[in-house]
Amino acid sequence: MISLDELKALRDKSKAEISIREKGHLAGSNLDFYRSHVLVCAGTGCTSSESLEVRNGLKEELTRLNIDKEVKVVETGCFGFCSLGPILVVYPEGTFYCLVTPEDVKEIAEEHLLKGNIVTRLLYSEPGTDKKVSDFESIDFFSHQKRVALRNCGGINPEKVEEYIAHDGYFALAKVLKEMTQEQLIEELKKSGLRGRGGGGFPAGLKWQFAHKTPGDIKYVVCNADEGDPGAFMDRSVLEGDPHSIIEAMAIAGYAIGSEQGYIYIRAEYPIAVHRLEVAIGQAREFGLLGQNIFGTGFNFDLDIRLGAGAFVCGEETALLTSIEGHRGEPRPRPPFPAVEGLWRKPTLLNNVETYANVPAIILKGADWFASIGTEKSKGTKVFALAGKINNIGLIEVPMGTPLRTIIYDIGGGIPNGKKFKAAQTGGPSGGCIPAHLIDTEIDYDNLIALGSMMGSGGLIVMDETDCMVDIAKFFLEFTQEESCGKCSPCRIGTKRMLEILEKITKGKGTPDDITQLETLARTVKNSSLCGLGQTAPNPVLSTLKYFRDEYEAHINEKRCPAGVCQELLNFSIIAEKCKGCSVCAKVCPVGAISGVVKEPYVIDSEKCIKCGACMEKCKFGAIVKE
Amino acid sequence: MSCNCQCSTEKENDPRFQELDEIIEKYKNQAGSLIPVLHKAQGVFGHLPEEVQSYIAKGLKLPLSEVYGVVSFYSLFTTVPRGKYVFNVCLGTACYVQGSRKIMDNLKKELGLGIGETTADGLFTLEGCRCVGACGLAPVLTVNEKVHGRLKEDDVPRLISLYKLKEEQGSK
Ligand SMILES: Cc1cc2nc3c(=O)[nH]c(=O)nc-3n(C[C@H](O)[C@H](O)[C@H](O)COP(=O)(O)O)c2cc1C
Ligand code: SF4
Ligand code: SF4
Ligand code: SF4
Ligand code: FES
Ligand code: FES
Repeated sequence: MISLDELKALRDKSKAEISIREKGHLAGSNLDFYRSHVLVCAGTGCTSSESLEVRNGLKEELTRLNIDKEVKVVETGCFGFCSLGPILVVYPEGTFYCLVTPEDVKEIAEEHLLKGNIVTRLLYSEPGTDKKVSDFESIDFFSHQKRVALRNCGGINPEKVEEYIAHDGYFALAKVLKEMTQEQLIEELKKSGLRGRGGGGFPAGLKWQFAHKTPGDIKYVVCNADEGDPGAFMDRSVLEGDPHSIIEAMAIAGYAIGSEQGYIYIRAEYPIAVHRLEVAIGQAREFGLLGQNIFGTGFNFDLDIRLGAGAFVCGEETALLTSIEGHRGEPRPRPPFPAVEGLWRKPTLLNNVETYANVPAIILKGADWFASIGTEKSKGTKVFALAGKINNIGLIEVPMGTPLRTIIYDIGGGIPNGKKFKAAQTGGPSGGCIPAHLIDTEIDYDNLIALGSMMGSGGLIVMDETDCMVDIAKFFLEFTQEESCGKCSPCRIGTKRMLEILEKITKGKGTPDDITQLETLARTVKNSSLCGLGQTAPNPVLSTLKYFRDEYEAHINEKRCPAGVCQELLNFSIIAEKCKGCSVCAKVCPVGAISGVVKEPYVIDSEKCIKCGACMEKCKFGAIVKE
Repeated sequence: MSCNCQCSTEKENDPRFQELDEIIEKYKNQAGSLIPVLHKAQGVFGHLPEEVQSYIAKGLKLPLSEVYGVVSFYSLFTTVPRGKYVFNVCLGTACYVQGSRKIMDNLKKELGLGIGETTADGLFTLEGCRCVGACGLAPVLTVNEKVHGRLKEDDVPRLISLYKLKEEQGSK
């Protein structure tokens, strides 16, 4: 068991070791330690783009150059800029290298680490410019962000508890155990205004209070790390980059409600996050930060991991608890809410990863500090996974109330290939879209609801003019339909009917009353489904109908897909003036729909054409168009 | 309950069932042990045929119907053998808007498989999944543990030959 004094000593020691990564650190000011740290991202994104090979190569080079005692290689979690991975940051300069390949390592080692010359060609340049930026904090993608939940991600080695402790890790736990009553702690959380980051936005302090007030000798604390929204990877990054922050927060929650056992329910598709959590739990136990009599206060708390098995509905809280119990993850009606009757029918507090990640920061910096960030009813920051048609794909954290425009243009660097921004989808399969004309919307819980979307867990998918909104709605409905657990019929049958209609429309077989049919079905599914999956499944359809009704109408009335996505509505034709009569297209057409005489314009028989697009890809003269 | 076939003696000699015994032993007193045991068992056997399911049911003292119900509910559990290389195309939103459907179509064509099917030589299985968390590299697919990102449509034949080559080299 570690005492508070020992923790402080450990913090001071570790802090000195990693102070080289702080801004304003003077090179060579502390000769006891390494003169340089190279942070290599080892998150899921970068390891997929071979960052481990880069790390290995770098270590070999350092040994070869005989500077391995001077330069330290540190593996970190996600920096958020996964699309540019593998990412390397060299301290004390804070030089940000991106898209580093194993072949680049030699140059970095010889030029930068040995001679001190920055390797300019590997620096980042802002989209649309060729000006290289070397200092990582002045890159637009980072400079507009405010990091609370992601405070340590990319800055520390997640497999070294000492580095977490260096950033005041476990001091929030020490503070609540030694200085605060359960009531004071819950009051503080309420005052901070923190709302659940898993989707619903329920005030966290209130939830903790309910679980605290429910009498019971056995209670549980559960972390929802199922991260079901496809295309969202906030929770993954926190768990990979800063697993101790979740462990610490759950222990704090345990103290608040009077629980000695927690569970983290994490999807099996995140092997790296699972591994880091296992390592972190092991270290926390070793240091006595989990287990019996923590900080000698008599408080006991321990944690276990449970893996999901690929069912989206298990992200729903009652289904999740049923799954931990070892059963089919079917939701059950609420009330009773988990705070009253949860895991094994005991009072259970369940929060999302990002919700927990905020807690230690709130305890250490105070509720007032947290509440000073964000908007009136949405306090603090929110992490978003920016993806889709945007230059800077990655993970960002911004104050609540940040305008969508700032996110897309200042942080996201705008839309690639000179295309026009069309809409952003938030809230995943439960959410809706924000169309281009509402780009100045300030993103918080309530504004999104007012637009017919929702915050969800933080997926933010950007779409441009080449994305068909009917197709996107169909995509989400396919997802929810497939993931419906089938327990209640409005969801099981209703989503299926809606999907059938959407399929009909995208195939050019829609009829004018399909839209009213969709709307009627959507209302029924929303109002009479048992759980949130069914209750929100129609949202993507309703929201695209609200903002892009004309696209539905074009599909139905004119049998036309304005974005040129829906295969069966496409019409391929040859522009006679551009056609050189080379006959290539006629040769690739699988159904013999193209005919003509060499050196004269060819023609497509649209009756025969199966719209495969092969001819268009092959024509070297751009003579074939689809519309 | 005893059965007359030889499977019990076969099982005794099959190291995989010995491993399964150890797994069951380790978890059987833990509440909610079925799903962790199924995960581990699938790791050992590659899939969960009925024989394995009933073995687990006995070991954990659960009705077979319960085990079967759980296996069929969760999409990561499979009752049919899988190929040596499982091509898993991400069909999550980030990958979808970057064209993962085309990648999937190309794979279907090149491998001659539908989703969930395995080639006759047992080499390749085609699957779709929802997000592996590498959305920054969309579109992505995984082959067993390895993630391949930033895919272009014409990467598909290249990837397939990569794994075929690997196989040829491995069998030499
Ligand atoms: C179908 C469905 C899927 C959900 N998936 C998740 C998820 O992946 N992660 C999550 O934290 N919450 C998810 N939720 C919300 C949870 O039910 C629950 O509200 C949340 O985890 C509570 O934590 P919070 O208050 O900290 O947000 C889902 C809800 C529904 C209805
Ligand atoms: S709404 Fe859908 S997912 Fe939820 S319980 Fe009903 S069928 Fe299952
Ligand atoms: S490939 Fe292009 S240029 Fe050649 S015949 Fe066809 S349309 Fe004309
Ligand atoms: S789209 Fe396909 S079927 Fe139609 S003309 Fe071109 S090659 Fe032939
Ligand atoms: S995984 Fe490396 S930046 Fe995200
Ligand atoms: S959507 Fe494909 S990896 Fe996330």
